[in-house]
Amino acid sequence: MARALINVPAAARRGDVIEIKALIAHEMETGFRRTQLGVLVPRDIITQFLCTYNGAEIFRAEFHPAIAANPFVAFSTIATESGAIVFKWTGDNGFSATESVAISVA
Amino acid sequence: MNPRTTRASRREFLLAAGGVSAGIALEGAAMLAAAAEPASTTALPGTRNAVVSMVQAIRRLVGTAAINKGKVKLELPPLVENGNAVALAVRVDSPMTQAEHVKAIHVFSEKNPQPYIATFHLGARAGRASVATRVRLADTQTVHAICEMSDGTFWSDSASVVVTLAACLEEL
Repeated sequence: MARALINVPAAARRGDVIEIKALIAHEMETGFRRTQLGVLVPRDIITQFLCTYNGAEIFRAEFHPAIAANPFVAFSTIATESGAIVFKWTGDNGFSATESVAISVA
Repeated sequence: MNPRTTRASRREFLLAAGGVSAGIALEGAAMLAAAAEPASTTALPGTRNAVVSMVQAIRRLVGTAAINKGKVKLELPPLVENGNAVALAVRVDSPMTQAEHVKAIHVFSEKNPQPYIATFHLGARAGRASVATRVRLADTQTVHAICEMSDGTFWSDSASVVVTLAACLEEL
């Protein structure tokens, strides 16, 4: 399991716009680099990031090799109800990582 | 012929003439765009494929729709020392309501090996149309952000970046 860093406010008022930041440890090998022997290093990147709030999709991103190593995204959502915000990264070579963060909405 | 019909035919003539001149203007714009491409590539040899493929990638995304300037703000540092991680932020001027919101934000690069950087899918639940990430830039270039609205229109912004140490050049 890759290490992920997620920043979501633990509590929010209903209707507030909250900022979410998510970062995951990943090489994001572009597939354009060569070793010193001239052998192309195969591509190994995260291709999709999905964020759901109590099961409903709130944000989705498609990544390409031009995203820096340890992909970071910051986005926002409206705090609607208490529950879980789930983050899912999927990528090349069957890569998959899921993280969940609880939020309480007053 | 009475004056009424004369006026009507004059109107018809003007309408037809307007249509023809609009057609000419469109053709002219297309020719200008076609002419501008080789001009910019002759100035920078070796980048022809990269430039054309970004234009193609954008065309593939928007189809025949027009891309308007404005509403979108692409934030990138004007000068970066290391192209391996460049902070990029896109903000869009939108009320983000169910009726009017940002559907997606697409980011394109002019001179990376591939024109695609990332696509972000948003919705009315985002509350604010603002995303940030970190990207790789292979060269000094212009980065374009194209925003797709819920009403089907496209808005764009671009930013020029000077990169002193390019990404993807180092050997392992």
